Amino acid sequence: MKIQQYNLLFLYQETAALTKRLFIQLKRRPSTFFAGILQPIIWLFLFGALFANAPKDFLPGVDSYGNFLGAGLIVFTAFSGALNSGLPLMFDREFGFLNRLLVAPLASRLSIVLSSFFYITILSFVQSLAIMFISFLLGYGFPNIYGLGVVFATLILLVLFVTSISLCLAFVLPGHIELIALIFVVNLPLLFASTALAPISFMPSWLGWLASFNPLTFAIEPIRIAYSSNFNLDLIALNAPYGDLTCRNCISLLFLLTILSLVIIRPLLNKKLT
Amino acid sequence: MNQIKIQNLSKDYFEVKALKKININITEGSLFGILGPNGAGKTTLLRTLATLISPDEGTIKINDIDVVKEPRKIRELIGYVAQEIALDKILTGRELLDFQADLYHIDQSNKLERIELLINQLDMQNWIDRKCGTYSGGMKRRIDLAAGLLHLPKVLILDEPTVGLDIESRNIIWGLLNDLKKDGMTIILSSHYLDEIDKLADTVVIINDGKIIDQGNPTQLKNKFGGDRIILKVREFSDSHESEKVKKILEKIDGISQIVINASQGYSLNFIADRDKDLITKLKVELAYSKFKIFSLSQSQPSLDDVYLQATGKTLQDAELYMTGKRDLKKESKQSMR
Repeated sequence: MKIQQYNLLFLYQETAALTKRLFIQLKRRPSTFFAGILQPIIWLFLFGALFANAPKDFLPGVDSYGNFLGAGLIVFTAFSGALNSGLPLMFDREFGFLNRLLVAPLASRLSIVLSSFFYITILSFVQSLAIMFISFLLGYGFPNIYGLGVVFATLILLVLFVTSISLCLAFVLPGHIELIALIFVVNLPLLFASTALAPISFMPSWLGWLASFNPLTFAIEPIRIAYSSNFNLDLIALNAPYGDLTCRNCISLLFLLTILSLVIIRPLLNKKLT
Repeated sequence: MNQIKIQNLSKDYFEVKALKKININITEGSLFGILGPNGAGKTTLLRTLATLISPDEGTIKINDIDVVKEPRKIRELIGYVAQEIALDKILTGRELLDFQADLYHIDQSNKLERIELLINQLDMQNWIDRKCGTYSGGMKRRIDLAAGLLHLPKVLILDEPTVGLDIESRNIIWGLLNDLKKDGMTIILSSHYLDEIDKLADTVVIINDGKIIDQGNPTQLKNKFGGDRIILKVREFSDSHESEKVKKILEKIDGISQIVINASQGYSLNFIADRDKDLITKLKVELAYSKFKIFSLSQSQPSLDDVYLQATGKTLQDAELYMTGKRDLKKESKQSMR
């Protein structure tokens, strides 16, 4: 049997195969994909309507609540998708399919992590674009090309950060029931303890402190800024209790958190995948 | 030439000693059978060979490559077909094979050729493009076997490949294994089916409770008894006291050896009798003299089950039933999860 010789090529081949498998699953079972788009849109309508008459001055830098909410929902969609990314791996563990991967001479078992990351990133991009497009139709604007770049860069960091944690949990927790329970516990509280639905100035002090350390906030605020016509990386994005953060500061913090999470989970993934 | 050398292999799962200082040598190009009841340690042994678990003690070398130190090289050499068939039920059989080929880095042209060849060899043409979730047990096993063979491994490891299969699927798999052996592939096959091991294996190791009971060529193992296997009952349901008495009578008769009382089969007496036509008559006379009647007496050629019975006092089937009641499959499944 002629086996190809180059490790990088091997890594590409196996990562492509693993990613393709996830997309075939998605194609044949698309309900979660569509639910991932539908849910934020419903939120956009309902929350948009609920707070339509909110005083304009409580929303910094935007002229309607729908405008304010869009960024939060984009981040929430990507966050939920990434948080769920450990589930397919958990099912593979439970049904023994992971053993098929582990007995194969993979160039690097990093391909298992990479494939999940690529899959969730692409999924988040498509879902985010759908939400952005519908927001646009509702008159909530659309970021310019630079703004769009910031949206996607921010989403990549957030997805990498959350996916790595979710994959780690998929190895640590005993089964999918526990993982789903944890996702339930974490998902909405993290959303409410961020600036997705309301600005920090609107929150009680303790919640404001919590929100200003929430990684979701570091992703939401740059995206919110990306929607403004005078978009600039050095614009103040967050009036945190500990000081003002620019768009650049938020993205840098998110970057640091992502690196930190990868460093922390690496030994565990190495142990589980060796 | 010994292609696989296993030395002093031990593995514990907390308080359970799954393998206890196992020593095995496997010749290149042979079909090596591992026989034992469920829970004997067969799967742990095979999972260790397949680099899925690390031993606590001992070494395994395949082609002089250490399984623990260089697992990736070993993974290129082996094909592993696990006991639990793990297929992605959303994929079709062809997509699964394509996926598997990519995991083994088979190039595009060879990939299609190999997939087609295996589809034909395992007679999967009619259903290969259906989703795996619709397959019967036999179909699943065949596609799983094809996945293990895609990269033409030097060593094929099969963990109970024919459990619960229909006759057609079993015959196809047996035929394929014979062909692969002729082509020089080394095959390690675990089973608790005596006939399967007897028919296919060049060498067999019998495992019980993590230890090797016996190993060798199946014919040699059976011939070791040097006589016929007799199963004797003096009553349909005897008791230990009575069977001990009968045992003492049998021990005095020349030509009768290796007497075992099988409690789970109504305290029957299992023993080996020399192939002497007068021996059974002599036996009947001695029993009648001690006022014992014969309820049943069967005479047969020794089987691998007798090798097992001789060492453990239980038949494989009894051991199977005993272990089924004792095992915590949920716990074992959790332990095997990575």
